[in-house]
Amino acid sequence: MCLAIPALIKVIEDKEAEAEIGGITRRISLWLTPEAKVGDYVLVHTGYAINILDEEEAAETLSLLEEIAGLAEEEG
Amino acid sequence: MKFVSEFRRSELAEGLISQIHRKSRTPARFMEFCGGHTVTIFRYGIRQVLPRTLDMVSGPGCPICVTANADLDKAIALSQIPEVIIATFGDMLKVPGSRSSLQEVKADGADVHTVYSTMDALRMAEENPTKSVVFLGIGFETTAPTIAASILQAEEKGIGNYYVLSMHKLCPPVLRAILDSGEVKLHGLICPGHVSAIIGSYPWEFIARDYGIPCVVSGFEPLDILQCVDMLVDQIENGESRVEIAYRRGVHPEGNQQALKLMEQVFEPCPTQWRGIGEVPDSGLKLRKKYQHFDAELAFDIDPGPAYEPVGCICGDILRGVKTPADCQLFGKACTPEHPVGPCMVSSEGSCSAYYLYGGGFEG
Amino acid sequence: MKDKILLAHGSGGKLAHELVEKSFVKAFSNPFLAKLDDSAVIDISGRLAFTTDSYVVSPIFFPGGDIGKLAVFGTVNDLAMSGAHPLYLSLSFIIEEGLPLDELNQIVNSVQKAAQEAGVEIVTGDTKVVNRGSADRLFINTAGVGIIPDGVDISGSNARPGDKVLLSGTIGDHGIAVLSQREGLRFSTKLESDCAPLNSLVAEMLNASPNIHCLRDPTRGGLATSLNELAKQSKVSIRIEEEKIPVREEVLAACEMLGFDPLYVANEGKLVAIVPPEDADKVLGAMRGSHYGKSAAIIGEVRAEHPGRVAMKTCLGASRIVDMLVGDLLPRIC
Ligand code: SF4
Repeated sequence: MCLAIPALIKVIEDKEAEAEIGGITRRISLWLTPEAKVGDYVLVHTGYAINILDEEEAAETLSLLEEIAGLAEEEG
Repeated sequence: MKFVSEFRRSELAEGLISQIHRKSRTPARFMEFCGGHTVTIFRYGIRQVLPRTLDMVSGPGCPICVTANADLDKAIALSQIPEVIIATFGDMLKVPGSRSSLQEVKADGADVHTVYSTMDALRMAEENPTKSVVFLGIGFETTAPTIAASILQAEEKGIGNYYVLSMHKLCPPVLRAILDSGEVKLHGLICPGHVSAIIGSYPWEFIARDYGIPCVVSGFEPLDILQCVDMLVDQIENGESRVEIAYRRGVHPEGNQQALKLMEQVFEPCPTQWRGIGEVPDSGLKLRKKYQHFDAELAFDIDPGPAYEPVGCICGDILRGVKTPADCQLFGKACTPEHPVGPCMVSSEGSCSAYYLYGGGFEG
Repeated sequence: MKDKILLAHGSGGKLAHELVEKSFVKAFSNPFLAKLDDSAVIDISGRLAFTTDSYVVSPIFFPGGDIGKLAVFGTVNDLAMSGAHPLYLSLSFIIEEGLPLDELNQIVNSVQKAAQEAGVEIVTGDTKVVNRGSADRLFINTAGVGIIPDGVDISGSNARPGDKVLLSGTIGDHGIAVLSQREGLRFSTKLESDCAPLNSLVAEMLNASPNIHCLRDPTRGGLATSLNELAKQSKVSIRIEEEKIPVREEVLAACEMLGFDPLYVANEGKLVAIVPPEDADKVLGAMRGSHYGKSAAIIGEVRAEHPGRVAMKTCLGASRIVDMLVGDLLPRIC
């Protein structure tokens, strides 16, 4: 349920923004994330940014998964 | 695509899969509450790569599937009013109500438009001042704040011809209802990531605390789901039950306060009907008095007639996690995506459709 | 109001003649058409491939093309998919009154350019004008003929277990480019429709190996639907690998946003080929050396078990069924 995709905020105009999603651009609403800034990645659901994505957390998750993959290789 | 492709990397998936195989000893059944998770699980064949100890059942997390026929019938009745334009998310179009679907009434001339966002529906209202645009408000806590925002925007801009038919549903109350019924035995819950982006992870605490079921909030990429399963297995093997987040890039424990505030400002909880589950207290949302002039049900006089459920369809049992599509006599025979009998076969994230399209138990 | 198409333009009277001569005959100049007889008279010998199609795309102009270019290339490709050298096309325009004359001329010119690129001639045509609301601006119906070289036997029922499945390039470009213009969805992208004539690509492939078993252009319904058709017609199963299928980032992004699967999104300049295993590398080489096949890839193979079924190995190494497209692709939120 609730398809949402990451988009990069390019330009902010009032409560709306131009956001880039993998090479396509679409106007999104910032009503639910007024603190979003240009350069933030947000999760977009039905044209609304519902959250700001945390790049640090993403990197941490990925390095954890990399560690697991490395570990699995050594043991395997 | 940043934040997407990294979470589909097959080398990382392999690591997680073998770790899960190594750790999982105790047989356990997990429910993925959310239809989006059902789709990811089938689309990537996740069930096939999990150890035999783990069993997955789908839950009621598809907003289309749980919408009661009585509500669909109201939407269809609204579409019959000459000056009404129905604006809806594409998901709703094919769902059969008691007598007809939006797709059929559209073919008969009703003005039904698919939109991606309420932003598009609002624009439609501005561009058609002599018409009334009724937006079909479906969805869970993820979508409800966007509908609330559209109502506040309409208020701000003085758009008087925009209405909402609120059929929203709330997730934690229905999970309590399902768990209280005791029909399905669960050992772990994969909590919906985008609902949690709004409500946070605290509202799931009661499940871990009162029912002793481990809960992990998951994202929607294959690595998210595998990581979530891995965390659930850890809790089970350690005899714990806590709420954890496997989707930390998208979900904060406290949720999105601004979204919650707007939702709270516009809507109040009400009892509502869930297909197959019945009426669940405080699991729906209705417009607060201050915003009642946006309520399509109050603005238009409609008589949708009595609602019927399709004969032989066991969507209700499937939504409660009690049965699987394979248990339905109609599955793949009288009921296919081309000729759906129940909503679970229509919605792309309905369990029956996922089973059918991605080949439920197929081992290739 | 000379700059718009009026009902009178379709009446058969003076205005109609003026339109035909000023717009069509001028643009498509060739001796067959210039005669303005009721039918084109042509000498042809050999095995004839004959096809027809209608084009109703909305909007009629889209990034990377328009309805005219689409009609020519679409018809040419239908012929090419049976291994034929396309030769002659007919075009019939059904115009909604009020269509600006410049737009019509623009489309006629684009038809001409497309015909030139594909090396075919428009030898006969027709124009009708209908009342406002009876058509969506412009519909084009076409027919086309071509000649199949000796020794070529291409059919959807020829796939054999062991054959390789080849794809000529990225999928979904056309569908997403058109969708980006659709009211109520509007997003912008540099992506263009892949709308292209595939006859020279096919000729080069056949040069590399005349033993190609099947060819199909995955238009509406996308790659998934074409593969299902082939599996059913040939009574075999097809197994493809997700990671081998080229998809542009923009297509992937739009699909993620709207809840689509790129396997079901339309293409207008791609083909799938089913080729005996020993010829697969040769054919792949020929495709990659041809303008419209640069990013060609081998994406899977044909198997005997489970006839009629298409399965895909996912990036997790698991496998899932890939069914035909059911109904329309509708944007979804969940
Ligand atoms: S297969 Fe069809 S009839 Fe059976 S439960 Fe699913 S939707 Fe209902």
